[in-house]
Amino acid sequence: MKIVVCIKQVPDTNEVKLDQKTGTLIREGVPSIINPDDKAGLEAALWLKDQYDAEVTVITMGPPQAETALREALAMGADHAVLLTDRRFGGADTWATSKTLASAIKKLEFDLIITGRQAIDGDTAQVGPQIAEHLGIPHISYAEELDLEADFVVVKRQFEDRCHILKARQPCLITALSELCEPRYMTPGGIFTAWKTKITVLNRDDLDVEDSNIGLKGSPTRVKKSFTKAVKGAGVIVNLDPSESAVWLTERLKEKFII
Amino acid sequence: MDHNEWKDLFVFMEQTDRQIADVSFELLGKGKELAKELDCHVTAVLPGFKLEPLCRQLAEYGADRVIAIDDQDLNVYMTEPYTHVLSEVIRKYKPEIVLYGATAIGRDLAPRVSARVHTGLTADCTSLEIEPDSGLLLMTRPAFGGNIMATIVCADHRPQMATVRPGVMTKLRYENHPCVVEPFTVSDIKGHINLEIVDIVKKTGKKINIQDANILISGGRGMKDEEGFKLLNQLADQLGATVSASRAAVEAGLADKEQQVGQTGKTVRPNLYIACGISGAIQHLAGMEDAEVIVAINSDPSAPIFEAADYGLVGDVKKIVPALTDYLMKL
Repeated sequence: MKIVVCIKQVPDTNEVKLDQKTGTLIREGVPSIINPDDKAGLEAALWLKDQYDAEVTVITMGPPQAETALREALAMGADHAVLLTDRRFGGADTWATSKTLASAIKKLEFDLIITGRQAIDGDTAQVGPQIAEHLGIPHISYAEELDLEADFVVVKRQFEDRCHILKARQPCLITALSELCEPRYMTPGGIFTAWKTKITVLNRDDLDVEDSNIGLKGSPTRVKKSFTKAVKGAGVIVNLDPSESAVWLTERLKEKFII
Repeated sequence: MDHNEWKDLFVFMEQTDRQIADVSFELLGKGKELAKELDCHVTAVLPGFKLEPLCRQLAEYGADRVIAIDDQDLNVYMTEPYTHVLSEVIRKYKPEIVLYGATAIGRDLAPRVSARVHTGLTADCTSLEIEPDSGLLLMTRPAFGGNIMATIVCADHRPQMATVRPGVMTKLRYENHPCVVEPFTVSDIKGHINLEIVDIVKKTGKKINIQDANILISGGRGMKDEEGFKLLNQLADQLGATVSASRAAVEAGLADKEQQVGQTGKTVRPNLYIACGISGAIQHLAGMEDAEVIVAINSDPSAPIFEAADYGLVGDVKKIVPALTDYLMKL
């Protein structure tokens, strides 16, 4: 069985801070990580590898330094790694990103594709389902449990107030919630192998895709502007003992007719 | 692409067990506002089974027309049959805009439809406007965990599509609103079923919807333990409030995922939000900063929550909360 796992290298948004003066993001010194949902998806693939002897290929699209994320995935136990990198892929929205990834995945053999549900920098949850559509295969998103049954994948799919247990024939695509699996750590042996493993690097010319479907030009959506939210006017802060606090707050809320 | 062919605003009506999702009603309300500026109509697209009673409901929330796709194979949501139906509706009617709720269904369906009909999709919008000169839909959404807001446009493809966070837009109610119900038949829905539903497991327990609450008492890591949350429940009882929580509290097992406020939880807009022992990470603020009045109780005077608060109390939250409960009880 062959599994392809799509991962994305993202800035650790928990570490991103705002410059109080300019209101812009401070990105310097912010570490890059494998997107958490993707890492859970990778762990699920490695678990299937342990259970059923699968072959796991990780793929990422990004700048050359995204290789670090692939090395980490190899050190966790992935067998092969593919880096899709080209300036001509730049500025892609989810449509063009998914088209590019799908074009690269077409060149690989797969029975199952796993992506994270969403990345913490964009939070869109769109690329997984869109890859599946471009490849013409079924997808199941929001997977919180995953197993195999002969040629089928059985997934516990989360909704707000319920779960569906779904069974799909391979090949198909699954998007993983971070609850799906707790990712393993890299092993010293794994790190050693990871640095010896050759990463396949693909660029635009390696893909069978139209120019009008990739990069900024292939993106139906554009960012018109971005801005930081206006901070609201400073409120009143007091430091009183508990009973005084209770009286003070109650009076303020009564003034405002809130209670 | 000739954009003049594409008109009207469509809203995907999400229903589970024949209950329409609140966010769908909210989007009809927002759709009405946008349609006024575009001088067009609002159409509710309702796939499902035995839909008649639901169709009537939609007029009350402002739908000018309902396109009802009534088929037994649409009884329970499945990605591919629903994608097929929505894509066929888009091909036939050529709407200028299609809106979906940013729910576990909307965020599954909309990307698949966008790939199939080759158009853009903006996820998790918190604001929608029409640009005066161009008539384009301006779709604004948070990115980087709420650190940055981005306004997205889809200029050259149609329809312009967005998923919208539940709880952000306001429902409108109408009396005797004229609304046409138009049944629409899509061929071979059964042929599009490409997976099997083995079982449906409903989550049990009391369903709390923090988005419906007028007053939320919200607990964070600073509440420390179950005892701490008990204090919040007592205050909530006194105020007729609902208890919500930060991600840290949910991860610590003190509250349910359903109660979580913030970027990865729910967006809430109560009249009063009392943040207890919540430091106020940007991801949390993104989910509650539109509350009418925000009160913060925290022992750390430098906690970011105080910057969002109208009233801040610096001190031991586990002493201030019971003091407040006692005081209110005596009133």
